[in-house]
Amino acid sequence: MGNERINETRRNFLRKSAVLAGTLFVSSVTKPFTAMLFAANEPDKSGKWYAIGIDIEKCIGCGNCAKACKLENDVPKDPFYYRSWVEQYTIKNDGTVSVVSPNGGIDGFTQTIPDEEIFKTFFVPKMCNHCYKSPCVQVCPVGATFESPEGVVLVDKEYCIGCRYCIQACPYGCRFLNPDTETADKCTFCYHRLKKGLKPACFEVCPTGARIYGDLHDKNDKIHQFLKEHNTQVLKPNLNTGSKLFYNGLSSEVR
Amino acid sequence: MPPQLKTLLPLLAVFICLFLAARHFLIPESFGKYGHYRANSLDEIAALPTHYVGKEVCAECHDAEAVMLESDLHKGLTCEVCHGPGSIHVEDQEKGILVKPGTREFCGTCHSLNAARRTEVIHQIDIKTHNIERANCIDCHNPHAVWEMKE
Repeated sequence: MGNERINETRRNFLRKSAVLAGTLFVSSVTKPFTAMLFAANEPDKSGKWYAIGIDIEKCIGCGNCAKACKLENDVPKDPFYYRSWVEQYTIKNDGTVSVVSPNGGIDGFTQTIPDEEIFKTFFVPKMCNHCYKSPCVQVCPVGATFESPEGVVLVDKEYCIGCRYCIQACPYGCRFLNPDTETADKCTFCYHRLKKGLKPACFEVCPTGARIYGDLHDKNDKIHQFLKEHNTQVLKPNLNTGSKLFYNGLSSEVR
Repeated sequence: MPPQLKTLLPLLAVFICLFLAARHFLIPESFGKYGHYRANSLDEIAALPTHYVGKEVCAECHDAEAVMLESDLHKGLTCEVCHGPGSIHVEDQEKGILVKPGTREFCGTCHSLNAARRTEVIHQIDIKTHNIERANCIDCHNPHAVWEMKE
């Protein structure tokens, strides 16, 4: 009797396993698991799909990008809200790393560590990475933050309930709660300028051409030239956020 | 069917109807057109005002300066890098007066000595010791034509 029961269980088990495997197979053919595609593939969309390239070797840390961003987008003037900012990394001879960003770099940088102690120092301009399927979009409970068809991550001010989930979810610290509107705020890639055929403000004012942007769908665009010519890296690649901000000359110390 | 279920079913139907009605009124019209968001917000964000007008607009009036700027090392720069956003100035020249900075501190945001700045990218000086007889950079240098020295 016991033997019979075991056999029946095994038959059921095998049958159920087969059904499960078949369902998984069929569903993966009809609608592939998008999570597995994030890392390697860009979405099959027509039109533009923007990405950013920042050349750390060319950045002089003038802070014009951070300043222009605040002026163009009327970001609150309180000193600690930034959509775009610059950090100076200094790696000393003894191996310690110091990171400074006085007022987001808007007023420029003064070297505080003497030359003799410095092993390496460089500026890192930071902004929203406009990730493909970004963590901030995934956690929004109301659909107030989203990726536009152009690959720009935006916030719907009218619909945001100010719950701050997205601020916690962003691994790059690119979001803040706007004290005027009480809603989440972030870099919009100057969407209002892009739509009028203008460059985003930070790209417009960069004096050395350290930052460029382009359309990933257009193989002749300068962003593809940038990616081909430089050994680029994204921030926190281990998180698989699908970041579309590519840095040239990024050191492993940068977080 | 058990009698309890028979009495509960109409209630359930009413609940579902109420839910659908509430859903209809609460969800904005354009929600879900492109994705899980309000499609109209794209247009709202795109309609925001711009403040930086771009070099071409500046050159319509200030053509001499624009040509001079292109002749020398500052040629990659747009006017608004130093003068600030010009949208108000374009509309009303009286109200939107743009800045003409040229102090050691202002020029120093790009040109002061810093180990993080590469010498091949930017010309650097020590703003504290460089020709201290004159107060400001523009007392000697013309920012529109960099190597032209003023008397």
